[in-house]
Amino acid sequence: MIAIDWSGTLTGLRAAWRREISAYFATPLAYVFVAIFLLVLGIFTWDLSRFFDTGAADLAPFFYWHPWLFMMFMPALAMRLWAEEANQGTTELLLSLPVNLPGLIIGKLLAAWTVAALALVLTFPWWIAVNILGPADNAAIALTYAMSLLMAGGYLAIGAAVSALTRSAVLAFVIGVLVAFVLTAAGWPLVSGAVADLLGPSAGDAIAQFSFLTHFETAQRGVLELRGLAFYFGFIALCIALNTLFVSHRRGGAQ
Amino acid sequence: MLDLQNLRKAFDDHVAVADLSFQLNKGEVLGFLGQNGAGKSTTMRMVSGVLEPDAGDALINGHSIVSDRRRAQSQIGYLPEGAPLYRDMTPVTFLRFMADAHGLPRSERKNAVERVIADARIASVAGKPISALSKGYRRRVGLAAALIHDPPVLLLDEPTDGLDPVQKRAVRALVARMAPEKSIVISTHTLDEVPAMCSRVIVIDQGQVVADQTPKALADSRPGGLEEAFIALADSREGGA
Repeated sequence: MIAIDWSGTLTGLRAAWRREISAYFATPLAYVFVAIFLLVLGIFTWDLSRFFDTGAADLAPFFYWHPWLFMMFMPALAMRLWAEEANQGTTELLLSLPVNLPGLIIGKLLAAWTVAALALVLTFPWWIAVNILGPADNAAIALTYAMSLLMAGGYLAIGAAVSALTRSAVLAFVIGVLVAFVLTAAGWPLVSGAVADLLGPSAGDAIAQFSFLTHFETAQRGVLELRGLAFYFGFIALCIALNTLFVSHRRGGAQ
Repeated sequence: MLDLQNLRKAFDDHVAVADLSFQLNKGEVLGFLGQNGAGKSTTMRMVSGVLEPDAGDALINGHSIVSDRRRAQSQIGYLPEGAPLYRDMTPVTFLRFMADAHGLPRSERKNAVERVIADARIASVAGKPISALSKGYRRRVGLAAALIHDPPVLLLDEPTDGLDPVQKRAVRALVARMAPEKSIVISTHTLDEVPAMCSRVIVIDQGQVVADQTPKALADSRPGGLEEAFIALADSREGGA
């Protein structure tokens, strides 16, 4: 039986979360991230989706952009998590601490997730606006917000794992966006349709099941699917495992 | 307190540390000497749990760094080479982070931070960003961080590198003050530091122990003193290679 050392994991998690939150807010990073995210999401929702022209009391035009924006913004938020440690030489400091590595990895991820959650919370005026327009299905909106936050965690987990592969935060960002793009576009009808045309309908469906977009669209219809929850949680757990593997590889002597 | 047992580490074809063994008792201050690339930092990284040994083990207060890493690491204070720090933090916030990461109870954290700030003499810069500190102050912040949990074993990789003479003297005094209660390994290639701080010297070359003596005995082994003895040991290995 494998015994989990909860004490070492929680100590590392708490210390890493506090450290990263301090790093995000001690510099303009978190403020700039939140401001640009809100601005871009606002422009896309207002202008491209013509939110107020539809006159409908739902947030579909607002949530539509979440996967596409997260694909760019979340790797930007996560790109420095491990790349900067390698660049500054502080990985050595972290690896010498009497804590479990998964605790450090989850703590860092949760810190980035906290900033993402703050950005999502600050979109509340859209929720208020839709209630002013007419009777809104607030339960469905709340569910979609929760799934959006979960999806943000998935994109952040990609960014964090990728940042453990390199010393360059910029390179981590580029690779993170590429991976995120693949996992988003796989559920885009244009892509899954092309795969279905080439390899058959079941292949198109299978590809789409690996997309963040597919599972988020289900939530947008107000349906809470166990499969969707399992997908996001499973994906985040996989990325944490890969992240742990990449960082612990440095214990073997990789630079 | 510290027991290295046949530690070995290779990077591809290059053997950095080859079956290195020695013991260190409480009260001993070991000068760990060697040329650049001799394997000093690799050894320190293995003992601190940063690198996994390919073979062998290091027992810290009886805890294996291989099979009981977390407990072993809790017994060590480690100042890595170059003293890497989070530059966006201040010394106080950094030391709080280190206290957190070592699992110090909340009630002890404030006292621990105040104690090491006083020990490392960094009170005047405690609230400034680490990025604005001189190299000497940064190294002292790193030293303070290594002491935050009052460990019985200290591993200090080039602790006086970049310090001015006054700061060097302060570090020597700190080491002398801590020595009776701890086992201290000081990796250095600044030979002047050795007689002033160390009670014992181990010289390694190509990852193996080539001398294990008191500083005086090593210095007396050659007419030119410690430096000549050190060079002779290095030359003999170069010649034999």
